[in-house]
Amino acid sequence: MANNILVVAEARGGNVRKVALEVVTAARTLADGLGGEVHAMVFGGAGISSVATKLGAAGADKVLVVEHEGFATYNAEAVAATVSAQITGGGYRAALFGASAMGQDLAPRIGAKLRVGVAADVVAVSADGGDIVVRHPMNTNKVIATMVLAATPALVSVRPGAVTVGNVAKAAAVQSVAPAMDPSAGRVKVTGVSMGGGAKLDLAEAPVIVSGGRGLKAAENFSLVEELAAAFGNAAVGATRAVTDDGWRPHSDQIGQTGRQVSPDLYVAVGISGAIQHIAGMRNSKTIVAINKDKDAPIFKVADYGIVGDAFEIVPALTAAVKAARAQH
Amino acid sequence: MKIAVCIKRVADMGARFQIGADGTSVSDAGIKFDMSDFDEWAVEAALQLNEKHGGGEVTVISLGPDAAQETIRKALAMGADKGVHLKADKIPFDGFAIAEALAAELKGGAYDLILFGRIAVDSAAGVTGAMVAELLDLPCVTAVSKLNVNGASGTAERQVEGGVEALAFPLPALCTIDQGLVVQARYPSLKGIMAAKKKPLESKPAQLGAITVSVRKMELPPERSAGRIVGEGAAAVPELIRLLQTEAKVL
Repeated sequence: MANNILVVAEARGGNVRKVALEVVTAARTLADGLGGEVHAMVFGGAGISSVATKLGAAGADKVLVVEHEGFATYNAEAVAATVSAQITGGGYRAALFGASAMGQDLAPRIGAKLRVGVAADVVAVSADGGDIVVRHPMNTNKVIATMVLAATPALVSVRPGAVTVGNVAKAAAVQSVAPAMDPSAGRVKVTGVSMGGGAKLDLAEAPVIVSGGRGLKAAENFSLVEELAAAFGNAAVGATRAVTDDGWRPHSDQIGQTGRQVSPDLYVAVGISGAIQHIAGMRNSKTIVAINKDKDAPIFKVADYGIVGDAFEIVPALTAAVKAARAQH
Repeated sequence: MKIAVCIKRVADMGARFQIGADGTSVSDAGIKFDMSDFDEWAVEAALQLNEKHGGGEVTVISLGPDAAQETIRKALAMGADKGVHLKADKIPFDGFAIAEALAAELKGGAYDLILFGRIAVDSAAGVTGAMVAELLDLPCVTAVSKLNVNGASGTAERQVEGGVEALAFPLPALCTIDQGLVVQARYPSLKGIMAAKKKPLESKPAQLGAITVSVRKMELPPERSAGRIVGEGAAAVPELIRLLQTEAKVL
């Protein structure tokens, strides 16, 4: 009991997000080290209990379902109250969140309610004797801190993409939990959620990211980047700050020091010179490809593979070649 | 409106960092410091709100060593009205310990709105704002990229993965500011810099809370191994495809 781990499993539109499965996987490893169980708590509207199978497959022993029409969208105050009550009542050793927009909002609220700190945006979490130890990239990923959480519960948010989803095929027990606060009683109301492009892959979840910079010269030329992303089939589109400041792309697409920090399997930088602020957001990508007309551009210093030349000539050729390569599989 | 903005003095992220001799800190040697980007946007947002609505007062609060007063002076030079320095020789890595000190200062200040940057670009945790809201029992919206305030209530938008959430909330409230809300924070004018010297800046000890999260070790990540230029122009594409398939194994 005292070594059990609670996961707040993020769901949206009736499905669990990939980050939820990643966090359950991290919790499974931690619980196995401590000799405890993993309980995944999920909030949603009618039918949300159907996600229990996926959460069990990723390693949850038990799925705690909080089903209420008021949880069809994220309801910060009622979720924070319910998770805090569960942690206190359940005597958990630790609670894990995804370091997503939701988890980054939720974890500190719970930390303050329970009067403990939060280790945010960690890329690894483990048990070391009685301590819970995490690794957290800071200073725009240029420094890695190993941090110790002295308090129980230890509250940790795990960076999306940092953990590979496990498959332990547990048949999780499902238990219904009532909200600790009436979701309609919250002071902050969500008045609308607009999702751009439906099935569009999020930057945090895409195995491949194709990004464009000023070298594309105009907003309409981003179609080159989009077509290359489409050719990969599993790619999201990113951008530099110069491009989002100019309104070519939404701010949510910005990768860098003040934007998203990503670590895909493959990052393709098109017409990006490689300002230090941009590199801060993508330097942890596993493989980096750069296409730039300036052979001295700093992006080539972090790129595994570079092609020097005109993006307007190279990218269409690359798009066709990627399509052909994928067609052979 | 009476607005408080909590700001942090951080290292210039363009620097080449070194680990301090204690092995648990980043060395300050040769490093320039400035206000965290998101905090500058929060100061700018506060100034714009009061310019739009007329009147009001902006108080900036910063926790840190004496040098944090330079960061407060910058915000005063931008146009904030007064500063409060909560003196702590070292800024802990535990957001809750910091939140307790900030909440103690903010409590009783009768602020209509309290703003934070979404995240400090150095410690990159982004937890302190929401913790302060909880400690003060205030409505809270994090990662705000659009903000409107009218009388006793406000509306905001926040970016979530792949979309945007729209929210409504009553005042007083606390918001953390993300990119997109302001295009560019204003630079202090010479007149502003002169005026800032005469603006009130109070310094007092920070009442930090108990620390439960601490640093055991800091290290630099491994350097990326040097890459290679595959070739020039579209002629290099077949070789790139081959490398992505056989070497990187990502295609």
